[in-house]
Amino acid sequence: MADQPKMPARTSKKPAPSPAPRRVTKIASTSKRAALANEEKILAQLQSKLQEPHTTTTELVHVPTVADELEREPIAPSARRSDVDEWGRSERMRSLARKAYDPIYKNWFRAEWEGLENIPADGGALLVANHAGAIPSDAPCIMHGIEKELSRPVYGLADNYFRKVPVVGTMWSRLGGLPAHPDNAYRLLREQKQLVLVFPEGAKGPSKSSSERYQLRRFGRGGFVEIAMRAGVPILPIAVIGAEESMPIVARLPSMARVVGAPYIPITANMLAFGPLGAMIYFPAKFKLRVLPPVSFDIEPDQERYSRSRIMDESERIRDQIQEALFEMLRERRSVWWG
Amino acid sequence: MAAKVTNPPQQPGRRVLVTGLSSFWGGRVAQHLEADPSIEVIVGLDTDEPKVELDRTEYVRVDANYSILAKIVKAARIDTIIHTFLVVDPTQASRRTMHEINVIGTMNLFAAASAPNSTVRNVIVKSSTAVYGCAAEDPTWFTEETPPSRPLRHPVERSLDQVEGYVRDFAEDNPHVAVSILRFSNVIGEEIETPLTRALQLPAVPSQFGFDPRLQFVHEHDVIRSILFVLKNSLSGVFNVAGDEMLPWTEVATICGKNTFPLPPAFQAALLWPLKRSGLVSLPEEYLNLLRYGRGVDTRRLKAAGFEYHYDSSAAVNAFIEAVRLRKTLGHHDPSYRYERDVEQFFRHSPAVIREP
Repeated sequence: MADQPKMPARTSKKPAPSPAPRRVTKIASTSKRAALANEEKILAQLQSKLQEPHTTTTELVHVPTVADELEREPIAPSARRSDVDEWGRSERMRSLARKAYDPIYKNWFRAEWEGLENIPADGGALLVANHAGAIPSDAPCIMHGIEKELSRPVYGLADNYFRKVPVVGTMWSRLGGLPAHPDNAYRLLREQKQLVLVFPEGAKGPSKSSSERYQLRRFGRGGFVEIAMRAGVPILPIAVIGAEESMPIVARLPSMARVVGAPYIPITANMLAFGPLGAMIYFPAKFKLRVLPPVSFDIEPDQERYSRSRIMDESERIRDQIQEALFEMLRERRSVWWG
Repeated sequence: MAAKVTNPPQQPGRRVLVTGLSSFWGGRVAQHLEADPSIEVIVGLDTDEPKVELDRTEYVRVDANYSILAKIVKAARIDTIIHTFLVVDPTQASRRTMHEINVIGTMNLFAAASAPNSTVRNVIVKSSTAVYGCAAEDPTWFTEETPPSRPLRHPVERSLDQVEGYVRDFAEDNPHVAVSILRFSNVIGEEIETPLTRALQLPAVPSQFGFDPRLQFVHEHDVIRSILFVLKNSLSGVFNVAGDEMLPWTEVATICGKNTFPLPPAFQAALLWPLKRSGLVSLPEEYLNLLRYGRGVDTRRLKAAGFEYHYDSSAAVNAFIEAVRLRKTLGHHDPSYRYERDVEQFFRHSPAVIREP
């Protein structure tokens, strides 16, 4: 063959300059020698064997058909020991958490819902809410409330940063949180018809200081609208008040956040009031949650891409709706603590 | 069984080339191919002698990167190549050897397969889900099309990624060839040894403090079955192969009846050094990362093609631990088989042997 001498030459040349990978050189050189010496013989042998008439192969002695044995093997029963689902959520952990959190939900935040009837009893829907509080207290509250009132699981999408934090990331996953990846949202909404909660403001919401409270940040790049369009599900805007006051930020430490790799590190009023424990304790602000009427998009699902301007318009419209609702609820609110 | 074929079939049987005959997969795949009467010829390549008993497979010793491959493909009129000789376990070979075997070997394999007048019509490559990488930004499920969330960092991942690049190029240049890449997740079962199976045999299973990632496992038998399935149906394309369900690492340990031993976030390499040094278990960086974030792959494409798994992830882990318990009771026995060239040649080709069934 024309290219035959070229290839062993290259292989023997390549490892030679470096003395380190002795094993490679050895394999290459010994087997090269062996190959060169035996090559013609092997090939001639092989060729003669292979060109024997077809009947020779029928003469071979055979062990029982192993392949069939594999196919006949029964389907092994599952040996699962936990109830962690494919998203990492565990109903057992979730119900424990519900038990632990319910007193806080009822007596500390005294959460009050409006428009719960807007949430469908079945079918996928994307819940979109404003996000606030240094360690956001709105996500557990919304998830708990809906699971309690509608007995439907809610999956919360969170920043990937969560996943990198030991213990917290794992707990969040077991309690129904998952990384905010469009594929995850699509699968949950379109294929599994679940409720998914997302905060389009991202970390910009909770990291704003308390002087900017209830002023919505940019709603990302409208990715949530695109996902809802692709999945063919309605968006349910939710306006939450109370979370801002439960853990207000008085200052931020951006350089420290950079060092740790966290999106932000806040100094909260709670820390000033309770000392280091303040990182754990919320102020008992009264929570009010209002579910706005569903926003459906009259558009074909599962498309490759959607008009960017349409997405941005819809995203802006939903943001305005939530902002309006927030202002209205704040106008009606007499006291931060008593509602 | 070939022995019972009285008339040669209308279509001549397939002529299969298996790379890495002495590797875990090569040998087993060849064993199972031997049982299939529609496979006429099986040629196995490796640098080392086969470690399992083979009946009619022709073993050819080659160098690590297959320089005489083109000749063999031509001489044996190979129509199907099963490329199992890829290092997917970084503890098995140095980085250099791995590059030589994976990248250079694959390059030469495809150079041989795409020679003019090549008879190759079917190529199956055994890759790994390591090509998806592993990062906090990952989706819960990788489909065959999902790109890695971050540039691949680890040698094995990058090496396999380059291998798949060659496979894709070959598929593009040779549209008449059915090329399939099978990406296997963590393989486990009665026999195979991987860093994870070694870790699961320690008195306490190492884990990352504060992390409980979810992993998929695929049973050895399903690996073989999927390769045979793809071969039989001449499928082309990329397929993820992994058992159903994703198991938290603590649950994997529970199924194995073990507790976990959480490693602190720092000084992991130093802590694991004695284990590595004593040859018990070596957990390279990619595995430590896997124990942080886990990895899930979507297997619906292969299922849609008609493949049915016999083991889900938990059943595969259970089969592994049952085999470990049995071995513990009976003691280790090394496989008694040793390849003797002359003996094998005698049984295959000597006129003295009467080959009646």
